[in-house]
Amino acid sequence: MRYVLQKIVFYIVAFWAALTLNFVLPRLMPGNPVDIMLSKLAQRGPVTPETRQAIELLLGTDSQQPILDQYVQYMGQVLTGNLGISVTFFPAPVSQVISQTLPWTIGLIGISTVISFLLGVGLGQLAGWKRGSWLDNVIPVTTMFQSVPYFWLALILVFLLGSVWQIFPINGGYDVWETSPGWNAGFIGSVIYHGTLPALTIVLSSIGGWMLGMRNMMVSTLSEDYIVTAEAKGLRPRRIMTTYAARNAVLPSVAGFAISLGFVVAGSIVTEAVFSYPGIGSALLQAVGSNDYALMQGIFLVITLSVLGANLLVDLLYSLIDPRTRARA
Amino acid sequence: MTTVSSDPTVAAEAATRVGRARTLPPLTPKLVAGVGLAGAIILFGLIGPLVVGDPSRVNDIGLSGPSGEFLLGTTQTGQDVLAQLAYATRGSLIIGAVVGVLSIALSAFFGIVGAYAGGWVDEGFSLFSNVMLVIPGLPLVIIISSYVQDKSLLLIAVVLAITSWAGSARVLRGFTLSVRSRDYVAAARVSGEKSWRILCVEILPNLIPLLASQAVFAVIFAILGEAGLSFLGLGASGSFTWGTMLYYAQNGLALRLEAWWWFVPPGLLIALFGAALSLINFSIDEIINPKLRTQTRAARKGWGFSRRELKTIAKEDEL
Repeated sequence: MRYVLQKIVFYIVAFWAALTLNFVLPRLMPGNPVDIMLSKLAQRGPVTPETRQAIELLLGTDSQQPILDQYVQYMGQVLTGNLGISVTFFPAPVSQVISQTLPWTIGLIGISTVISFLLGVGLGQLAGWKRGSWLDNVIPVTTMFQSVPYFWLALILVFLLGSVWQIFPINGGYDVWETSPGWNAGFIGSVIYHGTLPALTIVLSSIGGWMLGMRNMMVSTLSEDYIVTAEAKGLRPRRIMTTYAARNAVLPSVAGFAISLGFVVAGSIVTEAVFSYPGIGSALLQAVGSNDYALMQGIFLVITLSVLGANLLVDLLYSLIDPRTRARA
Repeated sequence: MTTVSSDPTVAAEAATRVGRARTLPPLTPKLVAGVGLAGAIILFGLIGPLVVGDPSRVNDIGLSGPSGEFLLGTTQTGQDVLAQLAYATRGSLIIGAVVGVLSIALSAFFGIVGAYAGGWVDEGFSLFSNVMLVIPGLPLVIIISSYVQDKSLLLIAVVLAITSWAGSARVLRGFTLSVRSRDYVAAARVSGEKSWRILCVEILPNLIPLLASQAVFAVIFAILGEAGLSFLGLGASGSFTWGTMLYYAQNGLALRLEAWWWFVPPGLLIALFGAALSLINFSIDEIINPKLRTQTRAARKGWGFSRRELKTIAKEDEL
């Protein structure tokens, strides 16, 4: 229980740090984002004093308020879910834009990351078990894929599978003309069809790391004395591999999974840029393109929040599968 | 115990020589390939810009494939791709080097110093690096770079370094903790050595292989990160890197026009450089973790099994 509490407190601190960073950054930067944003807003429609004040709170301002009061008000505003008005998608509030785009990202990135993790760990386990086999020799090749810049790999795949052979659609999240969003077979099929190519690129570029990590841990674990004992007892090789070696070898990979989630969400920005996928990454890029600071900050907060949440979840799971972490706490 | 030199300087020299021989990685094919490939690319980045012409000079030849005059063809506006590639290599390598140095300095400071000092310093440093680790880096970089209008290559490098040191700080901290509690460090402390001396002379040499592999990671991360950032159109303004080349290739519809000579070389160079660095890293890994080096299956062959027994073992392994 103490372990769980410790973790929760840590993530609250981390979230507070992210919020504060969000508060400080625009105030440190040169120029006045408030004026830029208000002038953009004014092009779209009349700006009420309330809107002006909300934006000033989000982005910092030269108004007379002491910085500490601004900070308290900003915190209150964020915690009640008021993230301001988006310029890019005027007059939609930022929270609405986020709630529309987030499911796309979580669906695509989440599922493909889980697939990549499971496949990579499984293959790494086999490669470590049969060292020197063809699978083991494939690993350097898959790590090559990792050093290939992700977007370049994606572009080449889009070029080959989308333009040259035309197996997959090259952009978008679903067929805009022939299906309408909703829980119907046509729409869901279209979403899966459109998501396959992006998911494939994510799996290809990230699987090597999981394979290598798992393979190396397998190799280390297999040289432990208790594995020799298990072999001497005459246990079946399959049982030694799965319940004796892999059970322990997978622990660092699970811990790494939590950390990788951060990179995954970050990577989604590039993925969505390549495929024009209607997720949160595209929204962030659009926001950057039109100096939409409120939307940028909102999205950064949501990304941080989801990464922190996923990390917390993995940490709690980890304490279940590795009792030593609980004992140490 | 053949010769015991009474001269301390000679003894120390001999000791460092032995130590250096041990820290130098064995010349495996992996290492040779990695160093050779990375060296060739670095040479290209150093010498290339001096040889080729102006990378931004516009030509009325338009988009054209490789020819005698332009070895790697030209871009949409007739710019020499090879010249661009040479300058881009230099730009990307500068980013990699700056970020590598900065992030190793940061992670060494927060990881090693924190772990060695212990107490609340360690708690604070470790909390700080853990918080930095979970805050997603790329979105932060995007937001920071969108506030600044005119970005230099150096600014991008600093921002990348700030968001990337935390992971290796954690690794270094874990290793320092285990080195710190070894007997010889305790002995050094009891004999009254100063803290900075214990850190630099007793602990740091043990961390060199780890630092080297973290530095290699940092360089790969930086080059990939910069390429991603530039590809999104948020990179350094007015400079050539592999990322900006790909950005212009993408925007110039190089893919649709099947102008492979434009978008393949920069990506390939990133991939080759990354692969070379990972090969070097593999070799360093084998020094840090000797278990990865010894082949248990091969070792089993030395246990005096007959060939038939080995075959049955192999068959059992298949099951």
